[in-house]
Amino acid sequence: MATTDGPDFGERESYLNAGHGLKSWLLTVDHKRIALLYLISITFFFFIGGFFALLIRLELLTPGGELVQSDTYNKLFTMHGQVMVFFFLIPAVPAVLGNFLIPLMIGAKDLAFPRINLLSWYLYIIGGTLMVYTILNGGVDTGWTFYTPLSTEFLKTNVISAAVGIFFAGFSSILTGLNFIVTIHRMRAPGMTWNRLPLFVWAHYATSIIQVLGTPVVAITLVLVALERLFHLGVFNPALGGDPLLFQHLFWFYSHPAVYIMILPGMGIVSEVVCCFSRKRIFGYTAMTLAVVGIAVIGFLVWAHHMFVAGISIYAALIFSLLSYFVAVPSAIKVFNWTATMYKGSITYQTPMLYAFGFVGLFTIGGLTGLFLACLGVDVHVHDTYFIIAHFHYIMVGGMVMAYLGGMHFWWPKISGRMYPEGWGKLAALIVFIGFNLTFFPQFILGYMGMPRRYHSYPPEFQILNVLSTAGATILAVGYLLPMVYFTWSMRYGKPAPPNPWNAAGLEWQTHSPPPTFNFDEQPVVTWEAYNYDEIGEIPEKEKEEVPVAH
Amino acid sequence: MFGHFPLWPESASTNAGNVDALYIFLLLVSGIMTALIFSVLTVFAVRFRKHRGQRAVQIEGSHHLEITWSIIPFCVMMVFYIWGAVIFFQERTPPQDATEVYTVAKQWMWKFEHQGGQREINELHVPVGRDVKMIMTSQDVIHSFFVPAFRIKQDVLPGRYTTLWFHATKPGTYHLFCSQYCGTQHSGMIGWITVMEPRDYEAWMSGSAGNQPLAVTGEKLFSELGCVTCHRSDTQGRGPNLVGVFGKRVLLEDGRTVTADENYIRESILEPGAKIVQGFKPVMPTFQGQVTDEQLNALIEYVKSLAAPQPGRSANTSPVAGASPQL
Repeated sequence: MATTDGPDFGERESYLNAGHGLKSWLLTVDHKRIALLYLISITFFFFIGGFFALLIRLELLTPGGELVQSDTYNKLFTMHGQVMVFFFLIPAVPAVLGNFLIPLMIGAKDLAFPRINLLSWYLYIIGGTLMVYTILNGGVDTGWTFYTPLSTEFLKTNVISAAVGIFFAGFSSILTGLNFIVTIHRMRAPGMTWNRLPLFVWAHYATSIIQVLGTPVVAITLVLVALERLFHLGVFNPALGGDPLLFQHLFWFYSHPAVYIMILPGMGIVSEVVCCFSRKRIFGYTAMTLAVVGIAVIGFLVWAHHMFVAGISIYAALIFSLLSYFVAVPSAIKVFNWTATMYKGSITYQTPMLYAFGFVGLFTIGGLTGLFLACLGVDVHVHDTYFIIAHFHYIMVGGMVMAYLGGMHFWWPKISGRMYPEGWGKLAALIVFIGFNLTFFPQFILGYMGMPRRYHSYPPEFQILNVLSTAGATILAVGYLLPMVYFTWSMRYGKPAPPNPWNAAGLEWQTHSPPPTFNFDEQPVVTWEAYNYDEIGEIPEKEKEEVPVAH
Repeated sequence: MFGHFPLWPESASTNAGNVDALYIFLLLVSGIMTALIFSVLTVFAVRFRKHRGQRAVQIEGSHHLEITWSIIPFCVMMVFYIWGAVIFFQERTPPQDATEVYTVAKQWMWKFEHQGGQREINELHVPVGRDVKMIMTSQDVIHSFFVPAFRIKQDVLPGRYTTLWFHATKPGTYHLFCSQYCGTQHSGMIGWITVMEPRDYEAWMSGSAGNQPLAVTGEKLFSELGCVTCHRSDTQGRGPNLVGVFGKRVLLEDGRTVTADENYIRESILEPGAKIVQGFKPVMPTFQGQVTDEQLNALIEYVKSLAAPQPGRSANTSPVAGASPQL
């Protein structure tokens, strides 16, 4: 077991001060530095996507469509979706926290392929640059879903640069997944058996399988869109002999599993946080691992539930509806097991735990409304309305972004070597929770009333709910800016973090904060089960925080 | 601006009541589930918060509990599934004798044509208490026909027909939305469905006269385009006799059978070589680019009228005699 001295921030060598200058960052093969490169990049795209979202909400403040032109509005929701999905949500947790933590959690020096890891980031940057070019060159208005033949024959905007940008981001995602799979198989420390892996690692393992198997399909599909635009290939456009529904099948074959790429890593974070702040072993470790793998596998078999009104056969719809209910069962198990983990715990409420509570609550609502959409009779009415928008934002923003922020707070001491200000953290978590619900809850009602999505103007009877939603979005924006400010502040002024400020289980806490370049001073050997909080005990009291922590 | 603040959509079709009932059931069940999870979370959060000198009690898990809370939700979900499937099946199975309205969607308008030949744009008049079937296609991109008050929606595709039906129960004017993003004026591709009492509806239908029935338009086209030279009403033509064909199974040259529905007839006009009826040669030229979607609708309506000769119209032969050889 690695020995760790108390607060050791300062002159000790860490991955942060192992090299200086831009070159030492841009050519690094250290998974922790690459994680920080990703952190900066995805934060950039998060605020671009968020800016588009705010403009959308401002436009929808009034029914008439006064703020921007229809074409501009269509570009705003398209680029909001593309930036958020492909350049923030999909890479966020795996490429930042997964990259940083997986080698630490399994007791490895780095990922299996450090140079490929750097290549992933460069591919992401090429894709991101194309996306920025798309935005600056006048934007794109296909909708993030690129439905054909609209995208291939009818629009005059930058469809190809957007598609190629996403193509590159996709390959970045494939390589990250591949790297994780090999790392988790081959690089585990002695004694770190599959049954002792933290659930965060299990979640990333399941995510990686989806990334490797699903992403090539959307990559090929987007290439076909580009080819049909350029050379009138006739794959999707019926006027050229193509099939308009084929695109939707191919697109959702990836893009539904992609939802699980976005949510499974978040579930991994919540498992770590709930255990730590309840001082408990996870309730039903085996069920939790089976659930993430089950979600990843069944998730590949439900794509056509996005197409119940698209003109597929009744019988196909009946099968896909049934399969969609199957995928809900492992999700339900996860919620129940997190709740049960708290039973007879010794719970404290630091910021990460507040986000975990938020996640469980909002994911529950997002998941239950998913049952409405899997239900054929109801889906026909609410499909393509604001009900869908509300549902997937409860999963993606209420679930995934809450988990991401929770994880950032939880591991920030490890990443930066500094503590974030706890009071501000709790305040921001509260603001995010309130702002989120005010933004998206009214959209469920709007959806059932029949307000279609992607509408620049709308009938006046929908206005009051839209006003509420816009008000919520403003609050949410404040909630997201706050952590950005105090994280930056804490890098310089935050209290130096001890190696294990939460007294948490997991190998990542047994090395210095921030860790040295090769992670551990000595090769760790694991002799305990995951989440051995019975042996670890309580979180140190505030006054004892400076005391050295050792297992 | 805040005077009118509804929270529930109007209900104006038989289907609306069915969907609302299921939706309310789902709301109740998921409301109970949410309340249950939230209150357990709250109770645990308060009851098991950290107390000095008291340690957490470690619990490995419980297979019994896990199986219980997998199976019970699953059974409840199967109720959702079956109930939803039944409604969906009804929504997707139009009654036989429904009044048909042909719909052509294009960026960014809805064009309707009634069987009587009346045409409308972005407005559709339908009678209360009667089944109405929409036969829809698009001239360009994918659109979607959505009437919230009827709780129905169906994407409208280029190059093929999709259908949808409803049975309006309440006179009034209801929103029609395009719900599939279709380009610049997507949110302007809206209209009104006016549901009228049967008497008012008949008056409206005869008031917008000056049209000839769609089938008559189709019959004229049928001879103008020369279809009639091969598709003769006896067994001697080079093409299949079309009398009585519509809605029947057709045996193809390669041994398959297809139902002679709107999509099959459309395909046979635009891509005659795709499905050759047994006993015939692929000699028909394509009419791709020569007929508009509206003309296709008229031709299809004419072929339909040959299947069920209406009183007052001169079906040129007995359907029984003409129907047989190629079926």
